[in-house]
Amino acid sequence: MTRTAERAAERTAERPGDRIFSALSRGSGIALLVIMAAIAVFLAIRAAIAISRDEGNFLTTFEWDANADPPVFGIAVLLFGTVVSSVIAMAIAVPVATGIALFISHYAPRRVAATFSYLVDLLAAVPSIIYGLWGALYLVPRMGGLYDWLDQFFGWTGIFAYDGTPARSLMTVGILLAIMILPIITSVTREVFRQTPKSNQEAALALGATRWEVIRMTVLPFSRSGIISASMLGLGRALGETMAVATVLSPSFLINASLLESGGATFAQNIASQFKEAGSMGRDALIASGLVLFLLTLLVNGAARLIIARRKEYSGTAA
Amino acid sequence: MSEQHLDTTERGTAVPLATLRPPRLPRWAPGALLVGSVAFAVVVGVVGRLHSHLQWGLIAAVVFVAATFGLAWRVEGRRHAVDRLASLLVWACFLVALLPLASLLYETVRRGVPHVDWYFLTHSMNGVLSWQAGGGIYHALLGTVEQVAIASVIAIPIGLLTAVYLVEYGRGRLAKAITFFVDVMTGIPSIVAGLFILSLWIMMLDFGYSGFAGAMALSILMMPIVVRSTEEMLKLVPAELREASLALGVPKWRTILRVVLPTAIGGIATGVMLALARIAGETAPIILLVFGTNMINGNVFEGAQSSLPLYVYEQWSFGTEAAYDRAWAAALVLIAFVMILNLAARAVARWKAPKASR
Amino acid sequence: MAKRIDVNGLTAYYGTHRAIEDITMHVEPGAVTAFIGPSGCGKSTFLRTLNRMHEVTPGGRVEGKVLLDNEDLYGPGVDPVSVRRTVGMVFQRPNPFPTMSIYDNVAAGLKLNGTRYKKSELDDIVEKNLRAANLWNEVKDRLARPGAGLSGGQQQRLCIARATAVEPDVLLMDEPCSALDPISTLAIEDLIDKLKTRYTIVIVTHNMQQAARVSDRTAFFNLAAIGQPGKLIEIDATQKIFRNPSVQATEDYISGRFG
Repeated sequence: MTRTAERAAERTAERPGDRIFSALSRGSGIALLVIMAAIAVFLAIRAAIAISRDEGNFLTTFEWDANADPPVFGIAVLLFGTVVSSVIAMAIAVPVATGIALFISHYAPRRVAATFSYLVDLLAAVPSIIYGLWGALYLVPRMGGLYDWLDQFFGWTGIFAYDGTPARSLMTVGILLAIMILPIITSVTREVFRQTPKSNQEAALALGATRWEVIRMTVLPFSRSGIISASMLGLGRALGETMAVATVLSPSFLINASLLESGGATFAQNIASQFKEAGSMGRDALIASGLVLFLLTLLVNGAARLIIARRKEYSGTAA
Repeated sequence: MSEQHLDTTERGTAVPLATLRPPRLPRWAPGALLVGSVAFAVVVGVVGRLHSHLQWGLIAAVVFVAATFGLAWRVEGRRHAVDRLASLLVWACFLVALLPLASLLYETVRRGVPHVDWYFLTHSMNGVLSWQAGGGIYHALLGTVEQVAIASVIAIPIGLLTAVYLVEYGRGRLAKAITFFVDVMTGIPSIVAGLFILSLWIMMLDFGYSGFAGAMALSILMMPIVVRSTEEMLKLVPAELREASLALGVPKWRTILRVVLPTAIGGIATGVMLALARIAGETAPIILLVFGTNMINGNVFEGAQSSLPLYVYEQWSFGTEAAYDRAWAAALVLIAFVMILNLAARAVARWKAPKASR
Repeated sequence: MAKRIDVNGLTAYYGTHRAIEDITMHVEPGAVTAFIGPSGCGKSTFLRTLNRMHEVTPGGRVEGKVLLDNEDLYGPGVDPVSVRRTVGMVFQRPNPFPTMSIYDNVAAGLKLNGTRYKKSELDDIVEKNLRAANLWNEVKDRLARPGAGLSGGQQQRLCIARATAVEPDVLLMDEPCSALDPISTLAIEDLIDKLKTRYTIVIVTHNMQQAARVSDRTAFFNLAAIGQPGKLIEIDATQKIFRNPSVQATEDYISGRFG
C-alpha cells in the first residue's frame, strides 16, 4: 500500500462498515494467536497433572505404564526414537532433495524439469497414511535383503546388527520418512536455486567455469540458508509424523543399539497406538508427551522461519 | 596450442594459458562405460549368486560412477572429472527419488483397482467381520466429506480475514507476531492439534467423540495454509487498483470486498483447495477425536464417525488379506480424491492466472 | 596475448528464430572494436557468440565459424569452458558474486584453473588486477568486505578486474556503462583505453559518443524490421564510420535520423 492509499484509508476509517470490517479481520488474526496460545496452555495443564502423578522420572524412565496405579512413564525412549528416525530421514533426504532440486533447476531438459517438478508437488500431497500402508506392506518385506547385507559388512559396529526379523525398525521408519519429506524439501530448495541471479551464473560461466563450478561458486553459496531452512521444515514434518511410523514400526519401550532390528517408539506413534487403551491418566500422560513434541517442532520450525526471515532481510538490503 | 604452457616472461605471473581443445573423452565413452558396468554387475551377480536385482543395480551404478570419474580424471583432468561426477550424482538423485514414488503409486493402483467398484463406494462395513471379503467405504467417505466441509466452514473465513488483516491493515508488532505464528502453526504436527481439541473439547468440556471434534482439529491445520496462500495472492493485487477505487470514494472495506478479493479469487481458490487436499488425508487427529465406527453416521455433531484415512488405518491394523484389500482400495480412493482436488486447484490457478498478471 | 578474431558466415538462432544472419568480419588484435546499432539488431547476441555464451540460453545455437587466431571456436573437440577461459566477458549490469569478498571475487576465476596458487602469488595477482582496473586505491583497505557493498561503478571495475585476472586473450564488454552514472562511465572508458594494449577488446554500446571516444574500429549492425534477423552493415575505422560512412543507413543512424 502506498501513502496516498493510506491517507485515503484514514479519511474513510470513521465509517461503521470500515470499523466493523477491520475489527473482524483483526479479530481473526488475534483468534489465530489465541489458538496457538491455547494449544500450549491446555497441553501444559494436562501435562502438569500427568507429570505430578508420575511415579517414574518423566525424562529418563524407560517405561510407559500410564494406566497402571501408580502410573510410571517417561519419554526417554520416545525422544530417542523420534530423534534417531528423524536424523536418519534427514541424512538421506537432504542430500537427495538437493540433488533433485539441482536436477530440476540446472540439469534436466526443460520439459522434463517442468513435468517432474509438477509431479514432485503432487507427491507432496499424498496422505501420510498411504505412505504408511505402502511402507508396511511393500517396503518392510523388501528391506531384509539390504539389512542382511549391511549386517554382513557393518554388523560388528552394533548399530547395523540385524537378526533377520521383519524390518519394522527405526531404520526403515527413517527411510520411509526420508521418502515422505523429499517433496517438501525439494520444492522449497528448487525455488531458492531458481532465485540465484542469472547474471552471477553467467559471470561464472564467462570465467570458464564448468557447470558444477558454476553451481558451487554461485548457486550453493547463494542458497545455503534456503537449504537449511527447507531441511528444517522437512525435519519438522519428520518429527511429528504419526501414521507412517505407527504402521511401520513394531513398537517396544527399549532403546536398541541396532537401528536395523525391530523396536523403539516415537512421540506421535506412541500417542496414536496407545490412545484407544488409555484411561484418563493414560491420556494425560500421552498429552504430556505431545507437549514435548509440540515444543520440539516449535523450536525447529521457529528456527527455520527465523533463518528465512533473516535471509529475506539480507537479500533485501543487498539488492 | 596442443599443450598447456606457462607464459611467465611476458606477463610476469604464472597463469597457464588454456588450450581450446583439451583432451576430452569421446562421445561414446559414457555409453560404453555404462554397458561395461552393467555387464560387470551381471557377471558378479551370477558368479557371486546375488539374488537381489537391487544389488546388481547398485553394483553397476557404483562401478559406472567410479569408472567414469577415474577415466575422466586421467584423460580430462580434475575439473572435468568432478563436473562429470556431479552430473552423475544429480541424475542418480533423480532416479533414486523416482523409484519409491513410482512404486508407491503403482502399488496403490495395482492392489486397489480390483476392489473398487460401485458396491464398495456405496456400502458401509456394518456387520462385516475383518476376515470377510466385501464391505465398503460409504460411511468413511461420508465422514471425510462432512468433516472436511465443517473444517472449511471454520477455517476459511478466519484464514481469509487474517490474510486481509495482514495485507490491508496489519502493521507493527501484532502483524509481525501473527505472521510469525502462522508460519510456526504450519509446522504443528497433526497429532498435537488432535491432542489440543481432545484436552479442551472432550476432556474439559466433556463432549463425546464426534466428527465435529475432528473437524475442529482439521481446521487448525487448515488455517495457516489458507492464510499463507491468500496473503501471497493479495500481495499480488496492484496498489493502483486499490487507489483507483478509494479515489472514487468507495470505502475501504467495500474496496477490499469488491475489488481486491475478486481480483485475487483464482489464487485464493487454489490455495483453499490445496489446503482441503492436505486435511482430507489427515489421520492422526481423527483417531483421537472421531474414534471410528463401522456404521453410517451422518450426524457430525453426535457420535463416532469414520473417515477415509482412518478407514485405511483400521483395515491395515486388522491384518487379514480381505482387510488389506480394502485398505488398498480405500487408499486408492483417497489418493484419487486428493489428486482430483490438487489438479482442480492447479486448473483454477492456470485458468485465472493470465488475468491476474495483466 | 591479444588475439585476432575472424568471423565467417555466422548465423545465430533462438530456437527457430534467427537473431543474426550471415555475419563476416574480423576483429583486430590489441585494439578496441565497438558494435553499434539500434535495439534488437543482435549486437549483444553476436558478442555472446564470440565466447560461446550464446548457447547457454535455452534454444541458442550457432552456424558458421569464429576463428580465434585461426582456431575455430565452434570446431569439433573445442571445449566451450576453455573458450570462455580465453575470451573473457564483462556484462551490462555489474555482477560481482554476492557471497564473496572483493578479494575472492578477483581470485574467483583463478581458483578454477586447476593450478594451486600460493597465498603470496594470489595476493600479487589480485593487487595487480585491481590496480589495472583503477580500483586498488579505493578498496585496498576493505578487501575482505563483500563486493556487493561497492558503488555501481566500482562494482563494474571489480568485474573487469575479475575478468582480467584469468588473463584472457580477448575481453568482450556488453554495454558495460549502461547502468552507470557519467563519472563512473568516464572511469571505465579510461580503463578500456589502458587495457587495449594487452587485450583484444570488443565493446557493445548504445552510446555513439562512447563508441567514437574509445574504439579504433566500429561495426554498425541493423535489422530490416522487427522480427527480422540483425545484419552487419559495415565495419571500418571509427573515424571513417563517424565522418564518412560508405553506407547510407549508417549515416542515417549516426546522424540520428532513426534508431
